Amino acid sequence: MKLQRMNRRAIALGAIAASGALVLTACGSDDTSSSSGGASASSTGNASSIKCDNAKGQLLSDGSSAQKNAIDAWVAQFSKACGVQINYKAGGSGAGVTSFTQGQLAFAGSDSALKPDAVAASKKVCSGGQGIDLPMVGGPIALGYNLSGVDNLVLDAPTIAKIFDSKITKWNDPAIAALNKGVKLPDLKIQAFHRSDESGSTDNFTKYLIAATPDNWKYSGGKAWQAKGGQSAAQSSGVAAQVKQTNGAIGYFELSYVTDGVKAASINTGASAPVAPSSDSATKAIADAKVVGTGKDLSLQLNYATKADGAYPITLVTYEIVCDKGNKADTLPATKAFLRYIASEDGQALLPNLKYAPVPADIIAKVRTTIEGLS
Amino acid sequence: MSHAAIAEKPASTLRGASLPKWSPWAIAAGSVAVAVGIGLAAGLDSKVQWGLIAGLIFLVATYAIAASVEGRRQAKDRIATALVWVAFLIAVVPLVSLVWVTISRGVKVLNVYFLTHSMGIVADSQPGGGIYHAIIGSLEQVALATLIAAPVGILTAIYLVEYGRGKLARAVTFFVDVMTGVPSIVAGLFILSLMLIFKMEPFGFAGSLALAILMMPVVVRSTEEMLKLVPNELREASLALGVPKWRTILKVVLPTSIGGIMTGIMLSIARITGETAPVLLLVFGNRFINNNPFEGAQQSLPLYIYQQYAAGADASYDRAWAASLTLIAFVMILNLVARGIARWKAPKTGR
Amino acid sequence: MDTSTEITDTPPPAPQSSAEQKRAARGATRPGDRIFLGLSRGSGIFLLVIMAAIAVFLTYRASLAISKDHGNFLTTFDWNATSIPPVFGIAVLAYGTVVSSIIAMVLAVPIAVAIALFLTHYAPRRLSGPIAYVIDLLAAVPSIVYGLWGALILVPHMNGLFGWLNDYFGWTGLFSWDQGAPRSMLTVGILLAIMILPIITNVSREVFRQVPQMHEEAALALGATRWEVIRMAVLPFGRSGVISASMLGLGRALGETMAVATVLSPDFLIHGSLLNPGGGTFAQNIASKFGEATEFGRDALIASGLVLFVITLLVNGAARMIIARRAEYSGANA
Repeated sequence: MKLQRMNRRAIALGAIAASGALVLTACGSDDTSSSSGGASASSTGNASSIKCDNAKGQLLSDGSSAQKNAIDAWVAQFSKACGVQINYKAGGSGAGVTSFTQGQLAFAGSDSALKPDAVAASKKVCSGGQGIDLPMVGGPIALGYNLSGVDNLVLDAPTIAKIFDSKITKWNDPAIAALNKGVKLPDLKIQAFHRSDESGSTDNFTKYLIAATPDNWKYSGGKAWQAKGGQSAAQSSGVAAQVKQTNGAIGYFELSYVTDGVKAASINTGASAPVAPSSDSATKAIADAKVVGTGKDLSLQLNYATKADGAYPITLVTYEIVCDKGNKADTLPATKAFLRYIASEDGQALLPNLKYAPVPADIIAKVRTTIEGLS
Repeated sequence: MSHAAIAEKPASTLRGASLPKWSPWAIAAGSVAVAVGIGLAAGLDSKVQWGLIAGLIFLVATYAIAASVEGRRQAKDRIATALVWVAFLIAVVPLVSLVWVTISRGVKVLNVYFLTHSMGIVADSQPGGGIYHAIIGSLEQVALATLIAAPVGILTAIYLVEYGRGKLARAVTFFVDVMTGVPSIVAGLFILSLMLIFKMEPFGFAGSLALAILMMPVVVRSTEEMLKLVPNELREASLALGVPKWRTILKVVLPTSIGGIMTGIMLSIARITGETAPVLLLVFGNRFINNNPFEGAQQSLPLYIYQQYAAGADASYDRAWAASLTLIAFVMILNLVARGIARWKAPKTGR
Repeated sequence: MDTSTEITDTPPPAPQSSAEQKRAARGATRPGDRIFLGLSRGSGIFLLVIMAAIAVFLTYRASLAISKDHGNFLTTFDWNATSIPPVFGIAVLAYGTVVSSIIAMVLAVPIAVAIALFLTHYAPRRLSGPIAYVIDLLAAVPSIVYGLWGALILVPHMNGLFGWLNDYFGWTGLFSWDQGAPRSMLTVGILLAIMILPIITNVSREVFRQVPQMHEEAALALGATRWEVIRMAVLPFGRSGVISASMLGLGRALGETMAVATVLSPDFLIHGSLLNPGGGTFAQNIASKFGEATEFGRDALIASGLVLFVITLLVNGAARMIIARRAEYSGANA
């Protein structure tokens, strides 16, 4: 009897909890206040230009934390116009691709193009098609540092490689001093931070090191960090937060994470003057990019060893990854509408304000054509 | 011992000489003063060192003074007292800091708006938004997990304590032990793999299943302990009166231990409410409200805290603290309820 | 209580073994009993099935991963399960898990026992009630909150301690510090200690409270000081309880995921110093790596989870043996 009574009480409790939840559901709402929406201050896009078609429901997406700030801004605009919920979780490029190939996402974001094995895996998810890379966001990877008293740090590829390979361990190392004449460098340990998760930033950063200074960077590259030593943190925001907290720290992350207390180093590429990371300097570097993807895939080959004046060499391009054919019927309209918006002029126009670089015009034109053909 | 004492000091009482009550305070004040003096003289700028020196002087001085006045045994006793106090104070510092920081930082953005709105389209780096979607998600996931785990756990514990014999009981006991050792993230991986086999997209109930796996052994163990505490005399008395065993269990054993059992369940609910790792794999997280745990991605409070921490902006840290405060408050309320039940249901003959 | 008819030689699952047998012999005859027995046995079997499923499943997946490992699963200092060929090993994880847990236990157990004694034997009664209550509540604070607090409050405050340790004990090598962010094994150990402190304290306090009053009064009557009472009456009585409390805490420390993941700066090296950032634990590694892991990568992580699982099992087993050996002191038969 007691047990029954107890069960009854448990059921009653459960009922109370459930009805409480129901009551709660009536009083909550999604925050759609425009004042706090992403880059609303900078938004020039007028919402009526966004074509919603019959997009509805919620899109799941995961991937690159490099493009998170851009996606947040786009989502704010797009959701307001179309009422579609874009649920983007910046879990890292590796996580995005993996979840995509397991069929859990409408689209994924990745800072490096799909590898052959991932393409093969995506064929299981895309019935009759495969995963393709659509370049959407470009951006410089800044070398953010926190060194009190030093405002304009200049580095070059060999120095960067040695710092991140624990070969240079002090800020007043002759190699750094030679690049920064007249700057008083402190006798302080360098705390180099890298990404602990698999990341497209790491991939592009190490690709740069391999292209620019193969002698000093003997690792094979890839999304996982390979050098030994140094410290690590998860995601761009984590690395940025650690650099902010630690005097003498340096790390690599997107320019939008370079904020109070953290400064970005300029790179001596061999051009007439050291280049600072910015939307413009990255755009210049990305202009060199060539499409190397085949079929509908638009993955790009970046020129990391660029020596052009004013071109910042450490850049990345974030791809949105979708199926060319065989997207899920219920999410396809919304996915298409969202991708169409971010590839549109309005969408791309948001990027410079957020310290990203737009994709070059000829390439984005191809992206738009491809998006229209998605099925 | 006392003979000798009396023999030596016939005029005294049975108790030996003792230091006055205020002596520990005096010694403490003295040692702090000396430590500050040493610190200043030696130019040590770390306050930690001052504290350590003060502590050492206090211990030595206490021992020396007590040993000379009261004897070695009393001195040891005083040292033990001092150490116990010190241990207590050391432990209090981080725990108080944890509570204080969570409250002081949590109240900054914690208001009705925060509790009744989801993140929606608010960027993680911007202020605004709320945790409503996370609260809903957590409540639903935990409630479902409890509905699965509590009955199974209690019945299993009854089986083990009241019927358990032979191979089956031993196997169950062994596997309950094994189960308590399952790292929460592994439980999540298990459910995730099942989801992948059946090609399911993330949804709230998947989180509940993993949480239920984590909760079951805890409920079994705590219920088992409580049932074992029921004196056998009670069972024997009931059985001797000809009451069937199942009624004995329901009418005698369970009522006697119901307080403890409910407490155990509440505590296990509190535990799984804070579980992040399995939820991280299974419910995906969501910026928008999703009231349906059986379809679509859901948010959960611990996951929300982790994501806001990972976002790394000041505004998101504020939200993380506010969400932590909410989560702690929820867990505390559960605890209070558990204690209320325990007191209310405690057998009158209890301590 | 004495056994009336026969002496049972089975290992004692409960003190009421003989009474139970009698009841079991009689129990199944009534329909109510049968239904109830069926229900409870059914849920036991249900639990068994789930557990067996998990165990079999994990072992199967783990064996898939280990058989394709191009490194040595036990000794490789690396975790590249998604690369081709996959190379991964648990050496660093095992080291990190064990070391951080040891640090946590060394710090937490003495302090927790002291607090438990403080609450039961030293604190003024008016104080001990509320404090016990608060510690009880602290035991329920979710680990993610400890993680948040650890990452944002504890880590920045560790610089001072690390500098001091480096100054005075740096020569041991164990405490040398390169001025990295203090996101190291020691910080993890300290955070874990803080996390498990309330749990160990709670259980120990319960145990100390159950020390028979007679024992203590007898000791006092013999002229023992308070410390002597504790040493001679309380601690021996409570030892098995304290051990099982510690094991409970150790279990939590070994499997703790989020708090470690937020505080540690992971890498795949074993550092001689406890202060320099780096290292990893099983659970932390799974949490950090699962998201991007391919199916094979997940199998590899499951394999590491299985090792953690076995370690926890051994710890639990050891605790059970210790407790069983000292069962004659336990309060259940008193």
